[in-house]
Amino acid sequence: MSRLDASDRAVVADSLGVAVAVGAYGVSFGAIATASGLSVLQACALSLLVFTGGSQFAFVGVVAAGGNPVTGAVTGVLLGSRNLFYGITLAPLLGLSRAQRWLAAHVVIDESTAMAVTRENRRHARLGFFWTGVGVFVLWNLFTLVGAVAGDRLGDPRRYGLDAAVGAAFLGLLWPRLSSARARVVALVGAAVAGGLVPVTAAGVPIVLGGAAAVLLGLLLGGEAGRR
Amino acid sequence: MTGVWWGIVLTVVGCFALKIAGLSVPERVLDHPLTVRVGDLIPVGLLGALVAVQVVADGDRVVLDARLPALGVAAFLLWRGVPFLPMVAASAATAALLRLLG
Repeated sequence: MSRLDASDRAVVADSLGVAVAVGAYGVSFGAIATASGLSVLQACALSLLVFTGGSQFAFVGVVAAGGNPVTGAVTGVLLGSRNLFYGITLAPLLGLSRAQRWLAAHVVIDESTAMAVTRENRRHARLGFFWTGVGVFVLWNLFTLVGAVAGDRLGDPRRYGLDAAVGAAFLGLLWPRLSSARARVVALVGAAVAGGLVPVTAAGVPIVLGGAAAVLLGLLLGGEAGRR
Repeated sequence: MTGVWWGIVLTVVGCFALKIAGLSVPERVLDHPLTVRVGDLIPVGLLGALVAVQVVADGDRVVLDARLPALGVAAFLLWRGVPFLPMVAASAATAALLRLLG
């Protein structure tokens, strides 16, 4: 890759910041997985090979509750369905070759998508996607191992405000896109629908349905309100 | 424990299949005007949903805690034009401090 200029470095720095905040959650996953009866190897295999946090937590949750591992797998895969829509959104932004797609697919997750879709050009979209995706991958796996071996002794990442950091990062990515009234309405509807669905649907579903409701509303508004 | 390994293999295959399928949608579908409009709207709706779930969800419950004032601090700093990383760090510090005091 060619040398990075100042604007490139800003994208990389933001991506690594998100990677640290998100990757540290691997501790929670590792600790919960082993507490649920999985071996350290099984916890690490899930983080290395599944690598989509919501699906991993869902699988472990079902197994911990005494459920069939196949049921756990089905729940995990259903939750992973949002990655399908992320891929559709990312494909034109990243412009990857067939071979690159197979490598990139593994790091299609919430955060790598969020750090790519907001960029002005393909170069920055790729930088945001890969630095965030690979950064989260390395740290998530490292911290899964730490959590699986150390258990609960490291404490809850929430004590350090890391859950709030992730929310702030998403808001920071959303902010520059809120310049029009229409965009603000679309974002608010996405947030309201997702928040409202939290108590009544499985984890991960509110994001998909909230996002879908917001897009539908945006399409309906588009006919009358014109361009954003 | 072999049952768990089968479950892991199924999860791995299923989750990867979804990821690669999304990235492999043909170009003529992606160039369609409707796809372009939807592609413009997805980041806004999606990020709105992600913010809400990240800030109010605790598993399948809505819990209002230190994350909400931390998001308020983030919004204020964004409005003041503070760059991304300091804004995120200040938001995390707000939540950590409130939990320490609470």
